Amino acid sequence: MTTKDGRVTPPINGDTQELDRVTIRFAGDSGDGSQVAGLQFTNTAALIGNDISTVPDFPAEIRAPAGSLPGVSSFQVSFSSYDIHTPGDAPDVLVAMNPAALKTNLPDLPKGGTIIVNTDEFTDANLRKAGYQANPLEDGTLSAYRVIEVPITSMNARALKDSGLNTKQIDRSKNFFALGLMFWLYERPLDPTLRWIEQKFSKNPAVAKANADTLKAGYHFGETAELFPVHYRVPKADLAPGRYRSITGNEATALGFLAASRLTGRPLFYGSYPITPASDILQELARFKNFGVKTFQAEDEISAIGSAIGAAFGGCLGLTGTSGPGLALKSESLGLAVMVELPIVVAMIQRSGPSTGMPTKTEQADLLQAMFGRNGECPVAIVAPATPAECFDIAIEAFRIALRHMVPTIFVSDGYLGTSSEPWRLPSVADLPTIRVDFATDPSTFHPYSRDPETLARPWAVPGTPGLEHRIGGLEKADVTGNVSYDAENHDRMVRFRAEKVARIANDIPDVKLIGDEEGSLLVLGWGSTYGPALSAVQRARARGLSVSHAHLRYLNPFPANLGDVLSRFDRVLIPEMNLGQLLMLIRARYLVDAAGLNQVTGRPFKIAQIEEKINQLVRSKVTIG
Amino acid sequence: MTAQTITEPVPLARKDFVSDQEVRWCPGCGDYSILAQTQKLMPDLGIPREKIVFISGIGCSSRLPYYMNTYGFHSIHGRAPTIATGLKASRPDLQVWVITGDGDGLSIGGNHLLHILRRNVDVVIVLFNNRIYGLTKGQYSPTSEMGKRTKSSPMGTIDHPVNPLSVALGAEASFVARSLDIDVHHLLATLDRAAHHKGTSFVEVYQNCNVFNDGAFMEFADKDVRPDRTITLEHGKPLVFGKDRNKGVRLNGTTPEVVDLGNGISESDLLVHDETREDSAVAYILSRMQYPQYPVPMGVFRAVQRPTYDDLMEQQIRDAVSREGEGDLEALLNEGDTWTVE
Repeated sequence: MTTKDGRVTPPINGDTQELDRVTIRFAGDSGDGSQVAGLQFTNTAALIGNDISTVPDFPAEIRAPAGSLPGVSSFQVSFSSYDIHTPGDAPDVLVAMNPAALKTNLPDLPKGGTIIVNTDEFTDANLRKAGYQANPLEDGTLSAYRVIEVPITSMNARALKDSGLNTKQIDRSKNFFALGLMFWLYERPLDPTLRWIEQKFSKNPAVAKANADTLKAGYHFGETAELFPVHYRVPKADLAPGRYRSITGNEATALGFLAASRLTGRPLFYGSYPITPASDILQELARFKNFGVKTFQAEDEISAIGSAIGAAFGGCLGLTGTSGPGLALKSESLGLAVMVELPIVVAMIQRSGPSTGMPTKTEQADLLQAMFGRNGECPVAIVAPATPAECFDIAIEAFRIALRHMVPTIFVSDGYLGTSSEPWRLPSVADLPTIRVDFATDPSTFHPYSRDPETLARPWAVPGTPGLEHRIGGLEKADVTGNVSYDAENHDRMVRFRAEKVARIANDIPDVKLIGDEEGSLLVLGWGSTYGPALSAVQRARARGLSVSHAHLRYLNPFPANLGDVLSRFDRVLIPEMNLGQLLMLIRARYLVDAAGLNQVTGRPFKIAQIEEKINQLVRSKVTIG
Repeated sequence: MTAQTITEPVPLARKDFVSDQEVRWCPGCGDYSILAQTQKLMPDLGIPREKIVFISGIGCSSRLPYYMNTYGFHSIHGRAPTIATGLKASRPDLQVWVITGDGDGLSIGGNHLLHILRRNVDVVIVLFNNRIYGLTKGQYSPTSEMGKRTKSSPMGTIDHPVNPLSVALGAEASFVARSLDIDVHHLLATLDRAAHHKGTSFVEVYQNCNVFNDGAFMEFADKDVRPDRTITLEHGKPLVFGKDRNKGVRLNGTTPEVVDLGNGISESDLLVHDETREDSAVAYILSRMQYPQYPVPMGVFRAVQRPTYDDLMEQQIRDAVSREGEGDLEALLNEGDTWTVE
């Protein structure tokens, strides 16, 4: 718990110390409620004006055996008095509800970090399950950390002994005891969580009261016990004025697609097969029936995209969502959408691959699949949000591009973006972009494959329009008429039309913006969820006087029109990616730039420090050469 | 209403449903007959041409949409039901047809067929069954009879064939029928029934591939032997067949028996066809009847009413709107815990 510049500020009022930023990780059994505790801590921090950034980490198993290592679930929240872009490289404080949670999370805690540990769970049986030979609380394992031992289970039980609940029910409330303690430690109000408890458990007043009581008990324990010499305050962040809510990437994605439907006046149809980490989007959209949203839980990934193509043929916003393995199954249908030139959107929330891989872990290794994973010359538009809140705008953008250019568009997010959260400054609906939809209606001028001279988009002629009856399909189309054609010259022309149509989207998207100098020794170029750590690393390096700039790509196919020019103004280009160099390959091939990669496929997002270190290395080597 | 010339819709004729595309099936193919009856049926449905959509997968049968002057979509192998589901669910005002074959519908697209049938999406599915892969030039299909020698099974197939109607009944299809390409009156009547059924209509049409599997159904479908070797199912009527209407089918437990009428056996002893039976057990028994042990049943096996997927989807939207009011995006964005930064 340090300040931005590494200084420790003197305590205020003798027992309160002010900090700029704190990162806390709640860890416990997947049934222990770490996610709930983390989310409540986050909401409270946001409500009192901190900037926040969170990331959950949960096992693929729904309920792995209690106390086991694979059963550990965690939630990390970073809150600060300044604008932050990541949930923190490493936690300052680890709340470990059992030995397994300690064991799996300790490697991430820097030396000197604080551990709040639930001593009650450090029984012989639990130690064995976690693979500890000896009790780490006693054998010196934790000597480099500040350990605060709290018998959370038994104190919770004592607080709730008159609650009328049984032992199992009482035990389930212990996350609120731990949360109460953390609220005291960081001077947070209890009211938002008390309100939430009241609402959430309104049908079960006994449980609601128990959770509220133990939350308060945890808070009072912090006040009374002399375990903590000081408590901490993280002042409000200086955020842009406006109304905010905390939002995850997947929630923002669903809202963005809904907004696209409102902005176009066309109904949204979402066909999807449940897949981690994209299922949230299906569940969110299924709630919006009073907006006319139709959700179809398909029998498989192929049916999901087929239904979206059918809906798009009918003039609706055809949307499907998936992750990498699902995109593989959809690829033939996506090729059909390219051939029939219908405006579907595919939301792909990447996860670790190949094959089933690590479904709950994040990765960016499906960029080349999105780009090339189909038979034939088969270009699609690709967009990618940078932050959880930005998923909203980019989801709208995906439909804007698909509709204006009559081209399937892939919205590429990832598990980290999808499940992490940040404050979202709420847009006013009136300020959102308008998206025009023009259906063909005039039989005297209609040809299924005539093209708009500017965009090369073909007309969208939907069933129900008299006089425009026509047939489309996956066989090659004759230019203009759309009849089946095996003509050699025609095929060459149509392949080039489809490529050119996507290329021309570059005229319709914003230039890539530079953060930092317009030219210099190093450009850090990113895409997707590496935005936060890359930007933070560049900001730190610039604070140290290095000539480093940052650019972030939200448009991956086509690239922004000015990208080549931007790249040419830097001596070196660094591309950090959670894959083995996929954007790197595209950039090198397209621009003949000797860009360097920083690549990690651990299933975890980059730490700021990793990128910063690579920046140092590249800038230093440049100096040496120069 | 302002003064406007209200033009009565001009009645359409078969020719209005014939597209300008040249039909490219092999001369003599059974598909011609199915196309002709489909085009012939269209004007009688009274549905404007622009409200009709034909969707197909891949295979010889799947070329049919090109020849219909309606909206059409020739998609990819096996996936027509998925596109049809998305289209019908999002545009319930359209009449949607799915044209498929034994390979397209039962092999690569078997999964989708199962699910569209159980969901009861309001579409008509016509499955051309020629028991062979025609477009890829003569490999065996999932309906090819066991032991059949084809280009890809020189020693005979070792695949047990699938029975399309048994599968459809197993998937709880609400309308299941069978017809024959060369029995044009029966085919037209069957397609007409299918088009008027609310829910998924599944029609298997025995269709002759005169190039790769010529005469596949001739043993019982040939005009001369048809009355004795097939049986036409009629709702509410006993199962009588034969050129002289002197044979019938009765049920002995769950086993059908062919009996001669007379000698103490009358029509009242026979199974009376009830296509509206809620449970599909008897329809299933009928679907198992094969030549030469039995006459091959033709006609409507099952026609029951149950809610369609597209109607239920619309209903949920109406219910949600009446319960929560028309969606308000601004309010939704501001839902939950929000805070203001001055």
